[in-house]
Amino acid sequence: MKKIINEPATVVADAVRGMALAHPDLLRVRHDPSVIIRADAPVRGSVAVVSGGGSGHEPLHGGFVGPGMLSAAVPGEVFTSPTPDAVQAAVSETDGGTGTLLVVKNYTGDVLNFETAAELAAADGLDVRTVVVDDDVAVKDSTHTAGRRGVGGTVMVEKIAGAAAARGDDLDRCEELARRVVSRVRSMGMALSAPTVPHAGEPSFTLSEHEMEIGIGIHGEPGRHRVPLENADGIVRRLLDPILEDLPFGDGDEVLLFTNSMGGTPPLELYLAHGIAESVLAERGVQVRRRLVGPFTTSLEMQGMSLTLLKLDDELLELWDAPVHTVALRW
Amino acid sequence: MSCTASDVVEALRSGAATVAEHRDELVRLDREIGDADHGENMDRGFRAVLTAVEQMDVDSESPGAVLKKAATTLISTVGGASGPLYGTAFLRAATAVTDLDELDGSAVAGALQAGLEGVTARGKAVTGDKTMVDALSPAVEAAKAAAASGEGPSGVLAAASDAAHQGVAATEPLVARKGRASYLGERSAGHTDPGARSTALLLSAFARRQA
Repeated sequence: MKKIINEPATVVADAVRGMALAHPDLLRVRHDPSVIIRADAPVRGSVAVVSGGGSGHEPLHGGFVGPGMLSAAVPGEVFTSPTPDAVQAAVSETDGGTGTLLVVKNYTGDVLNFETAAELAAADGLDVRTVVVDDDVAVKDSTHTAGRRGVGGTVMVEKIAGAAAARGDDLDRCEELARRVVSRVRSMGMALSAPTVPHAGEPSFTLSEHEMEIGIGIHGEPGRHRVPLENADGIVRRLLDPILEDLPFGDGDEVLLFTNSMGGTPPLELYLAHGIAESVLAERGVQVRRRLVGPFTTSLEMQGMSLTLLKLDDELLELWDAPVHTVALRW
Repeated sequence: MSCTASDVVEALRSGAATVAEHRDELVRLDREIGDADHGENMDRGFRAVLTAVEQMDVDSESPGAVLKKAATTLISTVGGASGPLYGTAFLRAATAVTDLDELDGSAVAGALQAGLEGVTARGKAVTGDKTMVDALSPAVEAAKAAAASGEGPSGVLAAASDAAHQGVAATEPLVARKGRASYLGERSAGHTDPGARSTALLLSAFARRQA
């Protein structure tokens, strides 16, 4: 393992400290437990939108803290959900008197810790709602699994809920919009290589030169299938086909297409894949109205990509286009 | 022989040492079917538990108070799924013995049973899902049987530990239905569940200390 770190045990705390120094205009940071908070929080009269989860997915979630998106992000240890007291600290630091929406990715640890935090906050008299994101079509949504994972679609949920909060929507409306995004967003990912968790010291799985993992999540957990490596056309179709079938997306639908690098795939390959995805969608009559291309929901240095489609309506489009001022998204 | 607050601290010290010793093994098991953080998280949590309970004046505390301190420390330091699950187990165990100054065999068995009920309430897993329940559930049955036949705390924990280790072995062929390993589907078979393994390790550490 080669990484630019001091101690595996302090990676997250050290990174959060650096992030605060890099963006003093946008963020302030609370240490022990670590919480990344927008500089002007709490915003009175505005619903707070708080997210978080294991670190290693940057810029998710800390990179999305700021006006128009998240009020605070709670980074857990690498690939480990934050603890309830950390989430509770984020809620109390950002509560503007009108309640808090927690955006949680559907992983067992995240759900359990955020659930516990919400109970603690409710006991303090705060109005806290939880929306669980489960956009990963690689996982069968059955009683025999923990349910679909929350992956790239989380960015859309955070942006749109944050925009709703910024325009003054109340907690009910913010929650309803977040749930609407969850119901209309689907993702699928693949990997060419595995990430190395600093405290584990070696890659989470090994792939030969001629293999790829299809249906991976964002924690270095292996995918559903290991198959021979294909070219970019094959890879993009392997990701898009199950997404299109799932909702389903079809002729005449207007979508946001998010082409995401898992961390180790360079822009050259990502734009190449994005171009193919646009062509495939055009063949199917799906109209791409908005795009997001880049490393936004990563898994450390894993090579690979994911595709996310959000079926837009007028209100979701307007909220996606609304101003946002964060480290990683700004318009 | 019964078990005092000081004995509970000793048992936790033994548990923390065992977790530290097996940290890398738990990381490896979790890397195979999860996300490689279980050993690190448990080690971080039990180090914090030791620090927390060492600061208590155990002579004036009850076993339940020590268990409760361990519970809140685990919840606020472990993270992942293990934090809330182990934290809840210790919290329920603490509540089950809250009025007792010393624990006999049946109190220990009752605490383990309450811990199991807490884990299943939070995690909603049942036996066969390839989780820590596969170790804890047979452990509770064995503990209750040992207590009913008149065993003290050490005998109860020894029986629980033996049953838990058999439960761990039984997780290997299972297909996971809960937690991150469930995403692997059939590919999760052939691997030992790391949560079941840490449960059995802790029980054997507690039993060793009580023996």
